[in-house]
Amino acid sequence: MTYLRTFGGFKGEQIKVLTWALLIQAIVVVVIVSLLVLIGVLLRRSRRPATGLDRQPVQETGSGLSWIYIGVGISTIALIGSMIWNGYTMAAIDRPPRAPELTIEVRGHQWWWEVRYLSQDTSRIFETANEIHIPVGQPVEFRVSTVDVIHSFWIPALGDKIDLIPNQINSNWLEADSPGIYRGQCSEFCGQQHAHMGLVVVADKPADFQAWWDSQLQPAALPADQPQVAEGATQFVLRCGACHNIRGTQAGGRLGPNLSHLMSRKSVAAGTLPNNPAYLSGWIADPQTVKPGNLMPNLDLSGPELASIRTFLEAQK
Amino acid sequence: MAVGTYERAPTLERADYASPVASELETIWETKPGIGGWLSTVDHKELGIRYIATAFAFLILGGIEALVMRVQLARPNLSLLTPEQYNQIFSMHGITMIFLYAQPVLTGFSAYLFPLLLGTRDLAFPRLNAFSYWAYLAAGLFMYASFLVAAAPNDGWFNYAPYSLKTYNPGPNMDFYALGMILLGISTTAGAINFLVTVLRTRAPGMSINRLPILTWGTTTTSVGILLSMPAVTLACFMLWADRQFGTHFFDATARGQPLLWQHLFWIFAHPWVYIIVLPAMGIVSDALPIFCRRPLVGYTVVVLGTIATMVMGFGVWLHHMFATGIPFIALSFFSGASFVITIPSAVAVFAWVATIWTGRPVITTAFLFFAGFISMFVIGGVSGVMTASVAADRQLTDTYFVVAHIHYVLIGINLFPVIGGLFVWFPKMTGRMLNERLGKWSFWIILCGFNLAFLPMHWTGLAGMPRRIYTYQDGMGWNTVNLVTSIGAFFLALGILLVLINIFLSVRNGAVAGPNPWDGPTLEWVTPSPPPPYNFAVIPAVASRHPLWEDRLREGMGHSSVHRGLVLDDGKEMLATTVLDAEPDAILKMPEDSYSPLVVAVVMTAGFAGLLLHWWVFSGICAWLMFMGLLVWLWPEPKLGQSARWDR
Repeated sequence: MTYLRTFGGFKGEQIKVLTWALLIQAIVVVVIVSLLVLIGVLLRRSRRPATGLDRQPVQETGSGLSWIYIGVGISTIALIGSMIWNGYTMAAIDRPPRAPELTIEVRGHQWWWEVRYLSQDTSRIFETANEIHIPVGQPVEFRVSTVDVIHSFWIPALGDKIDLIPNQINSNWLEADSPGIYRGQCSEFCGQQHAHMGLVVVADKPADFQAWWDSQLQPAALPADQPQVAEGATQFVLRCGACHNIRGTQAGGRLGPNLSHLMSRKSVAAGTLPNNPAYLSGWIADPQTVKPGNLMPNLDLSGPELASIRTFLEAQK
Repeated sequence: MAVGTYERAPTLERADYASPVASELETIWETKPGIGGWLSTVDHKELGIRYIATAFAFLILGGIEALVMRVQLARPNLSLLTPEQYNQIFSMHGITMIFLYAQPVLTGFSAYLFPLLLGTRDLAFPRLNAFSYWAYLAAGLFMYASFLVAAAPNDGWFNYAPYSLKTYNPGPNMDFYALGMILLGISTTAGAINFLVTVLRTRAPGMSINRLPILTWGTTTTSVGILLSMPAVTLACFMLWADRQFGTHFFDATARGQPLLWQHLFWIFAHPWVYIIVLPAMGIVSDALPIFCRRPLVGYTVVVLGTIATMVMGFGVWLHHMFATGIPFIALSFFSGASFVITIPSAVAVFAWVATIWTGRPVITTAFLFFAGFISMFVIGGVSGVMTASVAADRQLTDTYFVVAHIHYVLIGINLFPVIGGLFVWFPKMTGRMLNERLGKWSFWIILCGFNLAFLPMHWTGLAGMPRRIYTYQDGMGWNTVNLVTSIGAFFLALGILLVLINIFLSVRNGAVAGPNPWDGPTLEWVTPSPPPPYNFAVIPAVASRHPLWEDRLREGMGHSSVHRGLVLDDGKEMLATTVLDAEPDAILKMPEDSYSPLVVAVVMTAGFAGLLLHWWVFSGICAWLMFMGLLVWLWPEPKLGQSARWDR
């Protein structure tokens, strides 16, 4: 999550260099002033005991004002310089160097991320959750809003954050300069599970990205040779479908994350657990222990029900 | 008004604290012994000490909350607290430290010191002072009562809508916050008015506006700041409460309300508030550091102007708390620029202190160590603030632990360090006993090391991407070690504070006897015995320079201050009113006696707020009526104070 190293192309680089410069300037100032205090005390200190202050003469030796003139003069130059550099950086990163080809809508929920890929071709629009793929080397526009409280969308290694505010669509643009997995997290306090509102951005090579997009458009897998999957699909629609959505099934809920192609994601429960069968079962069986207070209830599934739902989900690659 | 409008001309006499005048004044001004006197006193010294003691009690509560959080965060994935418990505790920690400790403790210093520094006998409105204290205590207890029903505020001290609205937060948690903040605001506003009038109208003759001690400038400036900023948050809290109770839609986005409106109203108040809780503390350093450097402060005038400039500019930077909320570019640029510029007046103060050390002969006392350490901590808090002034950098830094580190350098570095230093300076005045220097130096080094161990690495935690306000974090994020170090540092810091408390506890009985002026200080409070008598000054001193007790040695000012010969005001409880700029004698003030009414009004007001919380509307109505009656008793004219109707033709 550190942003002192970034992979955010032009924008990330600009922010990183400015942040480093301000940080170094800050450290230099602290060291200088602390040394001034320390040396001043050591050089000028009185040897008399503290109890006899009245025996220590009071005198006004010099006005000392030149300290203020010089110190404040240098500080002002440094501050104005920082201000100008900041202004330059703000202007430079305000808009992407070229118009983004891809726009992704992100909507915040307590406590997960709804993600929608926009396209001119309406058949290519689809929804997913908590994991965002982007192509490397292209600016991507994010349009963000929220369905409930304020959240903040933040992928530190790629660039700056933007708040998700009710009744308001904010936008930000990010770019990844090398393939990789970049973690993000909600960074505005949003309630009980603010701590577990993570997400990942996966930066793919453009070809891989297109392939991923194509695969996401595929309907749910229901292999005819695996009856347990079909049974699981029925159970899923029955028990989970009111909240969750899987394209190609009758599960059409919109309250919880879209689970189409769930197994292509790296984590479940908004970046809380690794996505493997063991954690997945544990999460479905007892979400309130993993993420206390989250909106997914404990369903009291029987062992076989849980097994068949899990089997069905495992087929959603 | 000219001098000629005195109703009687007070005599000029020489009187010390053993003279007949003094014993007469003692009987006029003293508070009755016993519980009755304790509840009805209006003595600013008693109330100031009570303010400080109460603020320290809240500091301890907030500190315990902090330690509980640091245990929870010491390792990844701990579950000492549930998420809801954590959220309540971090919210109450912030509310406690920012509203119930940091400002009230400075109010306490000012309430205690103002009349002594200014050469007068009490604040301008002694009963209002008592009311401020009781209302502050009541507001604190009101907000803490929420723990009794396990429904403490859980949306941070900043309390952003819409999470604070009923839809997402159905319990009474946020009602405790909204009503408690309004209650506290009443106390703070009353205090601010009192300080302003006191400083403008009751200074010793000759203490013209350019001879005021800097602490007085700090509190005066922030009092204006309070009067201008407090209405915003009071209004916001009222609107929030109305949204929650009556279905209004100020902040409710589902009915086209504006959640961002809360943030604007809150930060228009809360950014000035940051200066309100540091400027008087900076004033403590500006006044007390020179005592130990054995010379006057370098650059009095520019430091005063810097104080005022900071407060004024402090009203123009609130948006820098909202850089990531989607504000238009041009507004971002303006507020970002202003946030850089506001650092300049602070730099003036820093170099004034450094110059005072370099051109003086520092005597290393505990208080001096706290002030010298403060300068360094001040700069760390300042430069991290400069980093967040940059929009480009701040949109990475904001809402991470970097900002948590920043705010703690501001609050602990710039408030707690001067406060503890100030305690070492004025504890002898308050109690007549010195604090133990040896123990004091130990506590300084432990506090300095513990504080930096806890919060210096926290900058890194933020740069490593850890968001604020999370109740736990996952393993493998690179945050484990820094969090452990921070938790250990927090306990060291707590140990240091504990040593200070032990020192107070031991010294108040067994400390070395102080005498009137143990530090050979230059200002008027050091004229009085320690502790000062109820009437402060046997005669009203007259001042001819900024440093009345040093002027022989400094040869400053025109003529000599006269501290033992002055106006005798002994015809009942009397104070002198002077003119605003030049402090020329203007009128004799008849001061009110002790009274239960401030306490009664504060109690029924709080009961009324409790009624609002519980929806006992009739009960609240009765309380409002009782409050009105209490005010009538409070303000009822008393013939012996000359408050009788009169016809002047």
